Amino acid sequence: MSVDEKTVRRIATLARISLAEEQILPMAQELNGILSWVEQLRDVDVKDVPPMTSVVARHLRMREDVVTDTNEAAVLMRNAPAAEDHFFVVPKVVE
Amino acid sequence: MPLPASPLDFTLAEARDALRAKRLSARELTTAFVEAMAEARSLNAFITETPERAAEMAAESDQRIAAGEARPLEGIPLAIKDLFCTKDVRTTAGSRILETFIPPYESTVTRNLWNAGAVMLGKTNMDEFAMGSSNENSWFEPVSSPWRAKNSNQSVVPGGSSGGSAAAVAARLCLGATGTDTGGSIRQPAALSGIVGMKPTYGRCSRWGIVAFASSLDQAGPMARTVRDAAIMLGTMAGFDPKDSTSVDCPVPDYEKDLETGVAGLRIGVPREFRLEGAPAEIDALWSRGVAWMREQGADIVEISLPHTKYALPAYYIVAPAEASSNLARYDGVRFGRRAEGAADVVDLYERSRAEGFGAEVQRRVLMGTYVLSAGYYDAYYVRAQKVRTLIARDFSNAFERCDVILTPATPGPAFAIGEKTADPVSMYLNDVFTVTANLAGLPAITVPAGVSAEELPLGLQVIGKAFDEETVLRVGRAIECAAGFSAKPAPWWRFS
Repeated sequence: MSVDEKTVRRIATLARISLAEEQILPMAQELNGILSWVEQLRDVDVKDVPPMTSVVARHLRMREDVVTDTNEAAVLMRNAPAAEDHFFVVPKVVE
Repeated sequence: MPLPASPLDFTLAEARDALRAKRLSARELTTAFVEAMAEARSLNAFITETPERAAEMAAESDQRIAAGEARPLEGIPLAIKDLFCTKDVRTTAGSRILETFIPPYESTVTRNLWNAGAVMLGKTNMDEFAMGSSNENSWFEPVSSPWRAKNSNQSVVPGGSSGGSAAAVAARLCLGATGTDTGGSIRQPAALSGIVGMKPTYGRCSRWGIVAFASSLDQAGPMARTVRDAAIMLGTMAGFDPKDSTSVDCPVPDYEKDLETGVAGLRIGVPREFRLEGAPAEIDALWSRGVAWMREQGADIVEISLPHTKYALPAYYIVAPAEASSNLARYDGVRFGRRAEGAADVVDLYERSRAEGFGAEVQRRVLMGTYVLSAGYYDAYYVRAQKVRTLIARDFSNAFERCDVILTPATPGPAFAIGEKTADPVSMYLNDVFTVTANLAGLPAITVPAGVSAEELPLGLQVIGKAFDEETVLRVGRAIECAAGFSAKPAPWWRFS
């Protein structure tokens, strides 16, 4: 399987990273370089092998149903690039 | 043993004992390191220095010591990788997208260190989002190793991604530093910089408040000049944390207690698959020397097989980018981090903010991860890689039926020149060939300086142990340290440049 320029455009859209036109071909070549190297995983017999989901076997804990963090909206908004009151500001999304 | 003349040359353990005996104050010790840090700016080991915070913490430590209330790390100056969120102190992850991010909370690991009395000197440089093996992927420019090859004035890399932490410890700008290790990011820079680095078992140290890269692999650990110092730091960093769902609730032993027990009677496994074709002869020679040291000290050497070793790195370069592409989705230019100017609409805002905010390697890995998780490719790449990971973990379970720990080289070679490997991503990735298996299987591993290359750059050996058996890993690490007697020290050229 190899990645063409169309595929790079598609995954860049999925990843929400804008790539300039001149970046598309080099990125396709770099990804193909890495993919052709990981291709060797096809040589491994993985029949009847379960995929790993956790390195240390365990079940997820239940936590106490209590309030832990208090209402700190002002503190949490401090890093917002644009905010009004306690709202994040973005370009208009509805017409 | 007599104490070194300069407190900068103290080990963490020596400094701790000197502070408790009131032979020097926390203020004196901290001042010495703050000055050393300022004199070493040409190394670029720190992204943010926090001398005022250090002075306040040292003053509190002196009060505690005077009152007889010293905590385990009272007055010990440490450096923190800039991946750990520190409350009210800028935390960048080496990325432009977090260039101005000031966390309103403290990571659990750093909280544990401060609660134990440690003093924060600053935040260390690193590869962006911990993606790299040379520290050249930092938005804040590369770090120079304090080491240089024999008769050379060229800068070499400190390794990565915890390159600033490794350089800071090696150049004696702190008594120890925190690192994080996803595929080798503590152990590889430690080996290249002639210091000790340990990745504990997955689940041993809380990941809460550490900027996430690949959550099923990331683990925090200590970087220090001696095995004892690493053991002391780990004792404080480790522990159960309800805020991390993968944190393991089991007691943290006293890691210093059995350090000097030696290796007599231990079964030490030597995996034949770690002998790489085309690897430099000096790496094999160092490994053989390590095996001989262990045998001389009474260990039983067992040849073992880890048959899926060669598939570890390719599997890693599917799993880690996949998890990264998901974790890094949060950087959208809306809630925190850098926002691009002039966006036409909200999607344009995301796309431009991420294009501006992420460097080339991070973009490459996010795209790679997006590709292997995308419809039609998920089974062929991601699920297959996770199955290979199961096989790698099984290799270790089988091997540990015949041995107690595994001894391997730390890296396929010594530090390389800045710029030497940046053109080819795969050649850079191969730096982690010996370290990455321990991440995929979640096992504890340490690298210890064990010799120097022909060019007089440091080389290390690695010990991998059973899950939650950090004690044996440290004990074997200590035996290697004793046998190697590594005493080389970088000449402080940075003070005059």
